[in-house]
Parts: sequence; structure tokens; C-alpha cells
Amino acid sequence: MVADERLARARAAAASVPDPEIPALTIDDLGMLHDVALAGDVVEVAITPSYLGCPATVPIAQDVTAALARAGFADARVRTVLAPAWSSDRITPEGRRKLAESGIAPPDRARRQPACPLCGSGETELISAFGATPCKALHRCLACREPFEAFKCH
Amino acid sequence: MLLSETPLAGALLCRADDALILGHRLSEWTGHAPLLEEELALANIALDLIGQARALYTEAGAITGHGEDQLAYLRDAPQWRNALIMELQNGDFAFTIARLAFVSAYAVLFWQAATGSSHDGIAAIAAKAVKEVEYHHRHAAEWLIRLGDGTDESHRRAQEAVDALWPYTGELFAAEDAALVGNGVIPDPSLLRPAWESAVATTLAQATLRRPEDGWMQSGGRVGRHTEHLGHLLAELQFMQRAYPGATW
Repeated sequence: MVADERLARARAAAASVPDPEIPALTIDDLGMLHDVALAGDVVEVAITPSYLGCPATVPIAQDVTAALARAGFADARVRTVLAPAWSSDRITPEGRRKLAESGIAPPDRARRQPACPLCGSGETELISAFGATPCKALHRCLACREPFEAFKCH
Repeated sequence: MLLSETPLAGALLCRADDALILGHRLSEWTGHAPLLEEELALANIALDLIGQARALYTEAGAITGHGEDQLAYLRDAPQWRNALIMELQNGDFAFTIARLAFVSAYAVLFWQAATGSSHDGIAAIAAKAVKEVEYHHRHAAEWLIRLGDGTDESHRRAQEAVDALWPYTGELFAAEDAALVGNGVIPDPSLLRPAWESAVATTLAQATLRRPEDGWMQSGGRVGRHTEHLGHLLAELQFMQRAYPGATW
């Protein structure tokens, strides 16, 4: 029972870490927190990176270690797991809501072009298939004319 | 650096070196791309490729006993296993795009096949890499079509790039170690050729570009016999670790 509580506390601490590139979302919202386990006093955290070359992977590991230390877990080991491969389908409903709130269209496999997160119009166009981070592309709304970022389906 | 390669380490280094050298070439466009969007695109693609290289070096280094940095920064040109097409200079934008279209079409097929590898590490990297290179291929193919089916000038340059690159495409399908292929560790590149031919033919036809005749094909990269360009590239890539061994920041 005590172990369960400690595990829940460790998991909550790791889950609270914001993504360095999209700080409105936590790594848990993005589906990148693969596993948290306790091995004696050691917390073992497995992170699944979005893209293999995503520069956020290193700061995420550091931030998870720091968050666990603040929660009283001095000894944390963060490892990266590649399988199962991360997919944008792993973003939680809460994560999708936060993305839309931040003006970033959530990934939507059903649509050719994402709906505008600002006015809701489905009439949008791609400006650039590559954006400011590996996981996003740049679009423009043809109704309200605002440019916006969209999370790539990956 | 002393490097005793097993066949598996060699096969991993081929893929890792392909990704790092092409990633480095693409990164050279940073600050020089013709459009802001292309600046973002080429840098993003470079980042994906360098990320793939890191994962592959980690797997290879687990066999050879080296860290990823040692493999990237401390090998001399004859120890590199990348196909020659990766190290050729960027040339103009058409050359960069045509190379990316050819290489990414190959990478999609290779990583798709490698998702079924009997080696867990390779299968895991493949499952991630395939999604990234599919995106690269879509982008490069769209651009090649736009350039080929564009102005007289862009058509001429795209055709010249395709013609110049063609003799370097054969090496991508060079035979792999028979035991690795037989055990399902590495896909047999020669089996990927028909699907690659078909994908490239589709893009070239849409781009109104002529598919060059097959003739003499260049090779040597997989066994460490490189063009003069690799040494120059490595001089820049490896400078910091060569000048300040063990430097970190």
C-alpha cells in the first residue's frame, strides 16, 4: 500500500513535467511518458521520444529527474524507449484540448487539412510542411486569414 | 580510431553514416535556402536524419564498444560506410532536392522492410524512422515535380541533377552480408529495387523529367572508398573533437 502511494506520487511528479517546446502540455498529455516504476528507492522512468532527432528529449530527461527530486525521489533513472514507436495518436483528450486552446490544431487523420483552431473553419491551407519544431507544420485559415500551427499526424 | 567490425556493426554503420552524412549536407543549407519555408524544411529533415544516426550509432557502438560521439567524430574517411551519393556536394537546390527524392524513396522502402527485422533494436529504430522518411520523401518528391514541371531553367537544372545523380543510385542496392539477410536482421537491398524504380519513375514522369539510362554505376562508399568530398565534410564535422579532444559543453 505504501509502495503504491509512493509509485503514484512518483508518477504524478514525472507526469507534471511540461514539454519544453509546447509548455502548455505535459509530457503525459503528449503521450511521451511510457512508464514509471519503482525498484527499491530508485524511480525508473521510460520516455518515448516523438521524433528521433527532437532536441527536447534531453531537457525532458533532466526536467523529469528534477521534478522527481523535488517530490523526494533523489535517485531517478530516465531512459528512452523507442518501441512501441510514439504516435500522435497517443496525445490524450486533455492534451488535444490544451493544444487547441494554445492555438495549435490537434492532429486529425480524418482531415486533409486541419480545422482552424481560432475560428473553427475547415477551409485552411498548408503554408509550410515543416514548422518551428519537428512535430508541427504551418497552416493558414482561408476564412479568418490567420496563420496557425498544426500538430502533424505522425 | 581502431574499429573491429562485426557484420552487424558494419550494416548498422552503413545506415548510420548514410543518415549523418546526408543530414550534415542538408544542414549546410541553413542560412542559404531559397525560401524561409525551405530553410525550416531542410533543417528539420537534417535534424530527423541526425537523430536516426544517433540511435543507429548507439546500436553499432554497443557491438564495437564505442560511444556515438566516438563513431561520429573520430573515424577517418576510409572507416566511413555511407553510400557515395550522400557525401556529394549540395550543388544547386535542384541537386539537393533530386538527391533527397532518390535517397528518401529508398529509405522509406528500407525502413518499411526493417520494421520486420528479427533484431529488436533495428525494428524499433525502423518503426520510428519510416514515419520520418515518408514525410521527407513526400516533400522532396513534391519539390522535384515543381522544379521539373516548372520554368525552362528549373527543368534544365532538375534534369541535370537527375542525370548527374543517377550513376550513384546503384550503390544503394549493393548486397548485404548474406547471413544477416538470411536471418532477417537486415532487409536485402536488392529486393527493394523494383519498388524504388517504380516510385522514382512516377515522380520523374509527373515532373516531366527523363529517367536516365542505366549505365556505369559508382560504388565504393560501403567499403570505405570515398570521393574527395567526404574528407572536406569530415574536416568540418569533426573539427571540434579533433582540435579539442573530449571537449564538452
